[in-house]
Amino acid sequence: MRFVVYVPFAAALMVTLLAAVASRRLPPRIATWWLTLSGIAAATASLAALALLAFTAVGQAAPVAAEGHWSVPALQARDPVITPVALASLMILLAAAAALLITAWRRLGALAEARRLCRSVRPDRGLVIVDEPGLHAFAVPGAAGRVVVSSGMLRSLDGAERRALLAHERSHLRHRHHLFLTALRLAAAVNPLLYPVFRAAVFTIERWADEDAAEAVQDRPLVARTLGKAALASLRHPAAALPLAAQHVPRRMQALLAAPPPRRTAVILALGAVLLLITGLSLLEAAHDTERLFEAAMHSYQAMHRQ
Amino acid sequence: MAATPEPGTGRPGRRMAGELEAEVLAALWAAGRPLAPAEVHAELGAGVAYTTVTTILHRLHRKGLADRRRYSRGYAYGPAADEATHTAEAMHAVLRRGHDRAAVLARFLSDLSPADEQVLQDLLRQAEER
Repeated sequence: MRFVVYVPFAAALMVTLLAAVASRRLPPRIATWWLTLSGIAAATASLAALALLAFTAVGQAAPVAAEGHWSVPALQARDPVITPVALASLMILLAAAAALLITAWRRLGALAEARRLCRSVRPDRGLVIVDEPGLHAFAVPGAAGRVVVSSGMLRSLDGAERRALLAHERSHLRHRHHLFLTALRLAAAVNPLLYPVFRAAVFTIERWADEDAAEAVQDRPLVARTLGKAALASLRHPAAALPLAAQHVPRRMQALLAAPPPRRTAVILALGAVLLLITGLSLLEAAHDTERLFEAAMHSYQAMHRQ
Repeated sequence: MAATPEPGTGRPGRRMAGELEAEVLAALWAAGRPLAPAEVHAELGAGVAYTTVTTILHRLHRKGLADRRRYSRGYAYGPAADEATHTAEAMHAVLRRGHDRAAVLARFLSDLSPADEQVLQDLLRQAEER
């Protein structure tokens, strides 16, 4: 308990450090899954560890102890967690829960709004075109998601490039990329250490859609060219600043111009599995220690009340 | 988590009917003038039959997404203002609002800074050389 309960925080830090490597070395689809699964696991484990730490303080409150039939002095005598740490964990746990609720509420609202907008378009319109000179192309998720493109974007590309662009946006919808981003945004709300994992997934998801587009048009340099032309044209038509700022386009082009991503990279996947295993075992051990601690306190309580 | 990624589309090179229709519509909007079916056919590149193009153009016209006018012995097609344009503007307005709303939408281009311009031009040159 003294050490193992802190392992999940160290594991979350490791996931954050590995996120950059995973997003560069793994094929984008596998990288996205790796980031999402380890992000969710790390966030859940940190919540569980905080709960264990906080409970040693909560358990010492007189009403809780009376309800649970355990002895507070016995608990204090054997508690491996010093009170300031336990109280701080309690505060962080409450803050994390509040952040999770607020983020989830906002996300659900945004997703519902997107779904409503998609439904307001007739079902035979997969592609919606907005007539304006600015360069926009985005995918709006929903039961029947839509691709929205500005006429300015369409005019800046040739036929093959337009095909690559549409394939890229369709890939976002087909693979429900918004769900990965939502999961990781929630993980980052629970544990802000995980924010870089979310940012890494924003990149790998774009790469995933780029590779899908390359497969659809059977031409990776063509997709790189599409990105470059659209990006340069958009610099000439500065649109409103977009919030998810990321300097990804040059990196995406470089990746498309380099050799196709390797099919598998066992080391990073294995590292993820090992981290998961260590975290899980540490949590089990910490939970077991906590249980023993409270059992002992309950025995002293019974002994005291028998006298 | 499988170690080998599935092929992105499962049907490289081939296009579904809905995808082709979107491409034809995009070609009409990109042109800026009415196009004859042969011109649309040329825009789509290899692998699409001419009759498929005329069928799609006819369907777009029936849906009210394309205007057509007499042109030599057939028709020329141009984009019609779509009633969905209004919705598209609403979607676009969503982008300009809060972070969470915008983050729901996957965008083709992320933010760029003018400092990227030189890098982009170099990369574009590389891409065009391939």
